[in-house]
Amino acid sequence: MNIDSIQDGVVLDHIRAGKSMVIYHYLHLDALDCSVAIIQNARSAHLGKKDIIKIDTPMELDLDVLGYFDSNITVNIIRGGELVEKKHVELPQKLVNVIRCRNPRCITMAEEQLDAIFLLSDPVRRTYRCAYCDTAIDKTFPDVRT
Amino acid sequence: MPRHLIDITDLSVAEIDSLIATAEDIFDHPDKYQSVCACRQLATLFFEPSTRTRLSFESAMLALGGQVLGFSSADCSSTAKGETVTDTVHTVSCYADIIAMRHPKEGAPFAAAQVSEVPIINAGDGGHNHPTQTLTDLLTIHRERGKLHGFTIGFCGDLKFGRTVHSLVNALSRYPDIRYVFISPTELKLPRYVKEHSLKNRNIPYEQTEELSEVMPELDILYMTRVQKERFFNEEEYLRLKDSYILTPAKLCGAKPDLSILHPLPRVNEISATVDRDPRAVYWKQVRYGKYIRMALIMFLLGLTP
Repeated sequence: MNIDSIQDGVVLDHIRAGKSMVIYHYLHLDALDCSVAIIQNARSAHLGKKDIIKIDTPMELDLDVLGYFDSNITVNIIRGGELVEKKHVELPQKLVNVIRCRNPRCITMAEEQLDAIFLLSDPVRRTYRCAYCDTAIDKTFPDVRT
Repeated sequence: MPRHLIDITDLSVAEIDSLIATAEDIFDHPDKYQSVCACRQLATLFFEPSTRTRLSFESAMLALGGQVLGFSSADCSSTAKGETVTDTVHTVSCYADIIAMRHPKEGAPFAAAQVSEVPIINAGDGGHNHPTQTLTDLLTIHRERGKLHGFTIGFCGDLKFGRTVHSLVNALSRYPDIRYVFISPTELKLPRYVKEHSLKNRNIPYEQTEELSEVMPELDILYMTRVQKERFFNEEEYLRLKDSYILTPAKLCGAKPDLSILHPLPRVNEISATVDRDPRAVYWKQVRYGKYIRMALIMFLLGLTP
């Protein structure tokens, strides 16, 4: 399979195999007017298999959010067909409006205008807790807030 | 940025110790404090019913020479018209110097603190936290036992929705040499996040049991709680669990002579009224102490001294 290299844009590499569509939908890449290539199950020395997303336009990405979804992802910035910067994402300390609390007793369930704030409580287990009610979310790949 | 009290850990151990010392001084010298909050207003925003907490806040502010305003039910505020808690608090923070709020939803005081221009005191948020009851409990323990370490404490009843238990465990976990025993039905066990955050992360051991009688002889402090009807979505489950533990004089036969029995109140039937005459029952003293510690807290958050 041949995917053309991009001139100016972003390549998200080392996405866990099968999870590229989650990232695609979260970043609303379907709304872009440029070419977006999704490569699934590419060979990877580190992961065995991986997904890759190539976005053929420069854009700002929320690295904290990407880090929450998958801290293995690397963000490659391409200018003039050359790699000019490689960023490694990390598990963020704080998430704002990425996931919602599901505790029916939480104030954020009753008043949806409130920012949904989660704080990292256990980096090893990737556990986040709602800043309002302390409810934990520790799914490795959470549902995306829509 | 104003200083808030949303969770008991918003206060350092040194600050808690200082509040207890101030409360004890108020207890001994109330006249010294009677004008500290002159020309200051406390708003009590109670979106959920309360007797002790609301009145103790109001009594505390009046005893400091301040004034009080507020409401005692969500029906008496624009909440009934659909106003958000943050808009209500934003409004009231324009009128008052400090706000004590109770809300049935967990995290409502945290939301309030994001918009308030004056200190917010969490006076209870659903089944989550109740830090000023914790301060009351700590003052009670300190006055009864002379220290906040070196004892065995048993928590009994609804430990799942018992916000006073969550806050007190969290506070005590920062003091050394305390043994914890949790006595509850399986359905009302202490939540995982409290055990993880307060105990496991600090390598503090604890025991869990369903039998109060088994552990009664070992306890220095027994913290009783009510099974709270308002926390259940399913009334059948409430009815099944509500009488799990009823403390009577007979059940205290094996207890230590210097046991201290605490209860955040209100009680329903989990402590028989005949236990009130036992000198080990200190929950009515606890009610009184609640006023003094809240006086100390109001002064602290407003940055005032006598």
